[in-house]
Order: sequence, then structure tokens, then C-alpha cells
Amino acid sequence: MKDFAQLIEELDATTKTNRKVAALAEYFRNASEADKIWTIAILSHRRPPRPVNTTLLREYAAELAQIPLWLFEDSYHIVGDLAESIALVIPNDQMKSDQSLSEILEELILLKAKAEQEKKEYVQQKWMQLDYYSRFVFTKLLTGGFRIGISQKLMTKALSQVTDVPEDELAYRLMGDWTPASTSFEELIFGRNEQAYVSKPFPFYLAYALENELEELGDVSEWSFEHKWDGIRGQLICRKGELFLWTRGDELVSDKYPELLELVDFIPDGTVLDGEILPFIDGEIGTFNDLQTRIGRKTVSKSILKKVPIVFRAYDLLEFEGKDMRKLSYQERRELLEPLIADIAHHSLQLSERLSFNSWEEAIAERELAREKRSEGLMLKRNDSPYRVGRKKGDWWKWKIDPLTIDAVLTYAMRGHGRRTNLFTDYTFGLWETNEEGKQELMTFAKAYSGLTDKEFAQVDAIIKKTTLERFGPVRSVEPTLVFELAFEGIAFSSRHKSGVAVRFPRILRWRKDKTIADANSLDDLKALIPN
Amino acid sequence: MEQSLTLLVSIVYYFHEMKNPDLLVFNSKGIYCPRAKVYLDPWRPVSHAIITHGHSDHARFGHKNYLTHYSNIPILKHRLGDISVQGVEWNTPFEINGVTFSLHPAGHIIGSSQVRVEYKGEVWVFTGDYKDENDGVAVPYEPIKCHTMITECTFGIPAFKWKPQQQVFDEINAWWKENKEEGKTSVLFGYSLGKAQRILKYLDPSIGTIFTHGAIENMTEVLRPQISLPPTHLITRETKGKEIQGGMVIAPPSAHGSSWMRKLVPYETGTCSGWMAFRGARRRRATDKGFVISDHCDWQGLLNSIKASEAERVICTHGYTDIFSKYLSELGYDASVENTDYDGEKEEVSSGAEKDSV
Repeated sequence: MKDFAQLIEELDATTKTNRKVAALAEYFRNASEADKIWTIAILSHRRPPRPVNTTLLREYAAELAQIPLWLFEDSYHIVGDLAESIALVIPNDQMKSDQSLSEILEELILLKAKAEQEKKEYVQQKWMQLDYYSRFVFTKLLTGGFRIGISQKLMTKALSQVTDVPEDELAYRLMGDWTPASTSFEELIFGRNEQAYVSKPFPFYLAYALENELEELGDVSEWSFEHKWDGIRGQLICRKGELFLWTRGDELVSDKYPELLELVDFIPDGTVLDGEILPFIDGEIGTFNDLQTRIGRKTVSKSILKKVPIVFRAYDLLEFEGKDMRKLSYQERRELLEPLIADIAHHSLQLSERLSFNSWEEAIAERELAREKRSEGLMLKRNDSPYRVGRKKGDWWKWKIDPLTIDAVLTYAMRGHGRRTNLFTDYTFGLWETNEEGKQELMTFAKAYSGLTDKEFAQVDAIIKKTTLERFGPVRSVEPTLVFELAFEGIAFSSRHKSGVAVRFPRILRWRKDKTIADANSLDDLKALIPN
Repeated sequence: MEQSLTLLVSIVYYFHEMKNPDLLVFNSKGIYCPRAKVYLDPWRPVSHAIITHGHSDHARFGHKNYLTHYSNIPILKHRLGDISVQGVEWNTPFEINGVTFSLHPAGHIIGSSQVRVEYKGEVWVFTGDYKDENDGVAVPYEPIKCHTMITECTFGIPAFKWKPQQQVFDEINAWWKENKEEGKTSVLFGYSLGKAQRILKYLDPSIGTIFTHGAIENMTEVLRPQISLPPTHLITRETKGKEIQGGMVIAPPSAHGSSWMRKLVPYETGTCSGWMAFRGARRRRATDKGFVISDHCDWQGLLNSIKASEAERVICTHGYTDIFSKYLSELGYDASVENTDYDGEKEEVSSGAEKDSV
């Protein structure tokens, strides 16, 4: 455990990529086989299920620290991270345990089924046996949220250094449906487990946002265009008579979208499609809000299936007749994909139309139609581009339409997390609305916590502390004085929101120091932005 | 019923107040003793000010007469220029308008005091900033018995628990050594008064040369007559980057990210502060390494000090005042909060230039 905690501490201590890779490589060189596979699992978000809920963890911690629960909670609000708060309040800094990471994780898997008293004794005992940082890491494993800025890319880079397996190959091997319980390090990195390969997705090729002028991309004829659909990026796999649907987040979601399961009888074996999971209602693409009603559900009822049906809109062909197509050019892949989709002819499988233009002006004009076509803008794909691994520049670009914006008033603030702990950086915003008595009041419509510089956050934080009206745990209501221009990607009516409107990806565009709260927009202004 | 009881209590309290006005009150200028007509660490210009220590939120410009411990005088003169200041010894009572005052070591930084105020057998203590760990630099804190204690609580939540300082300084020296072996310069940020000298005291000069930023060098010069510290080399315009390489540089937090740093490349940065106990604080400050070392009490230090004072009433001034006083109330103290202009919550946000109470 100590080695793994040390690794996490080193990764956490630096923002430099080279250092992180070096620390990971060093760790992989020295760790046991079991610890290696568990480390890969944890860093790729394959944790064992949570054995104890966080409410209980708080109680255990307060008891062990001999402080009242409210004091623990208040401290937690300030520290901003539960595992860190627990590690800090437990009164011990001696490492008395020499258990390995894998031993502890295997215990955690068994712990889930144990009685509560046993859980408590186990967790409290571990806390007292571990030093501060190991205790923090151990608690992170318990709570589940392990975000330490290690991308899959960094990990594959380090593993590649240690194993001499090429990075792209590793990226592929680490994907899909495996667990440390059923797969050894050898098997995962070097072996070929046919069963596991049946469901294994390819690493997604991800685009950066367009940075340059269009003209710098060269001749428009070298490029194809697609609308950028606002759903969930997915990979649809048909192999050995089975169908698997993976999301970009490496999550297997086949069961959530039963309407796609019957495609297994239509799509030829040995086919892998890259595309977008989209809501499709009455012959039209629905909003992301519609999709949201499907995302969180474990069981899908008949009524929701009818209300928000799903389609898969394909834009690329990664495997065809059992062969990896990724080295072919986009143009070649599309020439296979387009007739394939036409042949399959199933209402749940659509083609993302490929567009080409005679001039960049035409492309600009098409992008203007994005909201009308329910897309977020255009994707630019070079005709001769292979299907690459991960986020790469050059061949694919996303070219989103400018966001919608509105000026709103800051009404509530909450302490941030991670590096913003202790600063009020999570804000709630309101817009003017006339209430029943005919008075103007601010109606909450969105939350946002990004878009300001550290310096601006510090300034806003100071104002929040000075203008606090009421405190509700970590949240403060403030006297409305600050106006911010908020940007968002999409907007739709919503019965789930008190304001009656849902906005997508709200973020702060800039602090309008030049405006007073009377200059802020109204809820009616916002509603006027909703497309018909 | 409950309401009328509350009312009754407030009426009784009101008459009690009329008869026994508080020895120390909080007004718009500072902590004031109406009987003696003297302020403690006032934040607005006054006629007579007793100053606990030299940090800028406690020792401000513009008072007519300053009174402080002898060892704080050079610091005040360095910071505030030509002021009228009277020095007193610790544990030595003096009277002002019939009120007995005395200063007692606070252990915060060199020359830092608590102020004891006594009138007709009633004793109040204002701690100023303080810590209960003996850092070998400041004269160690002495708990003073009192009825009412006015305490800071900068780190007044149970998440703060300092390691023995030797452990941290061992980490710092090991870090320096490692950086030096990699051909890098170590840059440590700490406040120029107090923290910087405490770091200097425990650096291992056998590892390499110690360099200073001007702000640190000036203050250290002022304090050298009072404490033995290893030699330091001021970085001037003429200093070559090559000379500094592998050395240890002590700089104020405001130097972080400034063009002054350019000469030090390649370097690793470290920050010495109690806030470094939080992972988020270190990342916010974009410093490579955080060393948890503070000139304030940690949670247990605050509780122990209050217990040792045997005070019944505790007034919390700056830091996590709400939480800390609520907990004290649960422990049975008559605890309350008073707002001051001392840097409590403020310093947690001043990412570049950490303020005095670090």
C-alpha cells in the first residue's frame, strides 16, 4: 500500500507530464504482478464496488477522531474532499501495516458483504494502521472518486516504456470488459484472450477544437464535413453473433438501449461502427435533455422507450468483415460504410451524412444551419486521414457554433473542490422574473464553476465573503451585486427545472464589471433563445 | 415560555454589562481598553497602541505611541520607520490609568507577545498570533491564566495537525539535496518576517549555499543580532544564474511567478505554510512541493492553550471563528466571535502573496 500511496503522492505532486510518466514507469518496474494489474484497473476507473457508503464513513471518522459529527462535516466542507478530510482528522501518522495494494483491494471486495459492525471495525483499524498519505489513498479507494489527473494516455505511455508494447496497441488492450479478478497482468498486456476480444472496443479517435483560420487547413476539397451531433459518442460492435455498445467513457451500455440490440440480426458479423447515440422523436433528433432521461436508468420502461426512442447515427467504420479498417483513409472507410448502412436498412441505425463543399464560405454557411439541424456545429475530417488513437491534432477538428450567451446575476456560492478548496468557486445564477406580486425577483436557472481566472476567482471569493446573507452548510446566499456573461451550448424547455428551462454546459464567459444587476437579462430573454 | 426566558436573560445580561463593562471591547479601530484608553493591535490610527508583533495586520502605520516588547522594536522601526515606541520586558507589569498590563511570550515569531490586562482582579489575555510549539527561534509561548481569553483560531478546525518541526525540516533538507543532485535550484517561499528566519535556522548549510530575495535579506539583517543564523547571499542584479544553481533560495510568496525567478532556472519550488496541509491549497499555489509548517497553533494546540489558561470566556478573533467557537461552546466555554481586521479568512485566497498569519 505504501508503494502505491507513494506513487499517487508523486503523481499528485507534479503537473509535469514527463515526471508523471517517469513515476508510473518506475512503479510498474518494481510492483508485483497483482499490484500492477490493480493499479491499471484503478487508474482506468475499474474500481471494486463501494463497500461502505460515505455517510457511514463520516460517522466512523468522527468517532475515531473523537469529535462531534457536525464538526467533522464543517471541516469536510472546508477541506473539500472527503478522503482527505478523513485522513487529516484521524490522529495517527505511523505506518504499522505492510499490506500490499492488491491484498487490501481483495479485502475490500469481501468487505461489501460483511455486517456493518465488521465493516466499521475493519475500516477504523485500517485508518489507524496507515500513515497519513496511505490513509488518504485507502479512503479514496473506499469512496470511489479517484481523480488525480492521470489520463489513459499517460498510463499507456508509462506501460509502453516498461513492457515495450507500442502505445496504440496498449491503448486497445486496456479497453473493454476486464477485471483484475479475472485477468492477470500478463494476459492483459501480452496475452490474447479470444473471449475478451469479442467485446473489446477500439480506442476512440478524438478531435480538438479548431484553432486556426479555415484557409490554413488548405484546399476545401481535401476535407469532408459532418454535423457534430449532440448525443453520446458510442462504438457499436457486432462480433460472433453478439452486439456490444460502448461509450467514449469506456462504459458498456448495451443493456440501456434495447432498441439497438435487435441490430445484431441486421449488421454482418465482424463489424464495428463509430457513431452517436441520439434521441430520435417523431422523425427528429431530440435534445440532450431528452437523452438525459435515458442515461441514468438501469431498467428501461416501455413508456420511456416509446417516449424517447434512441438511434445510432454512424459516422465511421472501424472493423469490417472481421478486419481492422483503421489504417484505411476516411474516404475509403466511408465508401464502405455508406452502402453498408443502406443495406442494413434498419430504422434504429442511421448514417451521419458526409458533406463536401466547393468553398470554405459554403462550409461557413452550413455551420450556420447547425441549430436548425440540431447539431453543435461541424466536424472537419481530412479525406485521407486514418482512424487514429486518442486525441490527436491535424486530421480531425471540431468546429462548434458560437455558444448562446446571457447576462446573469450571481445568487449563491459554494466552496469548490480540489485545487479550489476553500475558495467559493461554484456559483448559482439567476435571471429577472416578475413574481405574482408584480415584483422583479431573481430566478435561479443555472450553475457554473468554470471560466474565470484564478485571480478573478480570488476577487469574487472575497466579495462573496463580504456580501454573504445566509449560510447553508457549504453554500452561501449572497447579496446580488455581480453580473456574469454565461455561455451555454444548448437550451430547451424543461419541467424538471424550476425556471422551466434547461441549459447545456453553462460556463462563465466573462465577468461583466461594467454592468449592474439591473442590466442583467430576464428569464423571458432566455426563453426567447429556445429554438422552435 | 422559552422566548420570555431569553428576554429575561438578556435583561439581566444588560444590567450586568452596565455594572461591569468589559475590560476589553471591540470597536471600529481595534481592541480597546476603555479604562486605560489604550488599544491593542489597532487597525486604525490611534493615540496609544500596544503591539503584539511585527506582522503588518497587527502592527500598522499611523499610531502616535507604540508600546511593544524590546525585541520587537527593531522590527517595528524597520517596517514603520521613525515611530515613537516604548519597549517593555516580558512578565513585567506596568500600569496605565490604573489598569495593569504585562506582555508574555507568544511563540509566534521573534518578539511576539500576548497581552495580559488586569483590573480589580479580573484578568483578560489577548493572544495576538501564537503557537504552542517551541520553534527554537521565538521565545516559547507561555500559557497565562485568565478569566477571558481573546484568541486567534486561524487553523481552528480538526483537519490541522502539525508534525514536529524537525521532521519537516528534515524533509526540506532532503528535498534540497535531491534537487541539487539533479542540478536544480531549490526555491522556498515563506513570509519574510518569521517564517524565513525559522527556515534559515534549520537549513543544513553543508548541503550548499543559501541565497535570499531582497525582502528576506533585509528583514534577516534586522534580526541577526537576536538570533544566530547561517550566512545568506543576497541575489542582486550582478548575481549570475550559474552561481545560484543547486543552492537554496528563500523568497517571499509574492516572488512566485515573477520575472525575478527567471534567473533561477532550472528550479523546484516549495511553499512553507500551514495551508499546505490541504492538497488543494498547494495546487492552487502551483508550487511543486508543500511543506506544512506554521507559526500558528494547530487544532489541538489551540484547545490545549485555552485549557491551560483556565479561561471561562473565550472570544475568537480571526480564522475559523464560527466553527471553533461553536465547538468551544459545546465544551462548556462561554465562547463568542468578534470581527477584527486581522487576516483570517483573507489569506486563504491571496494565492500569490500569502499574508502575515502564515
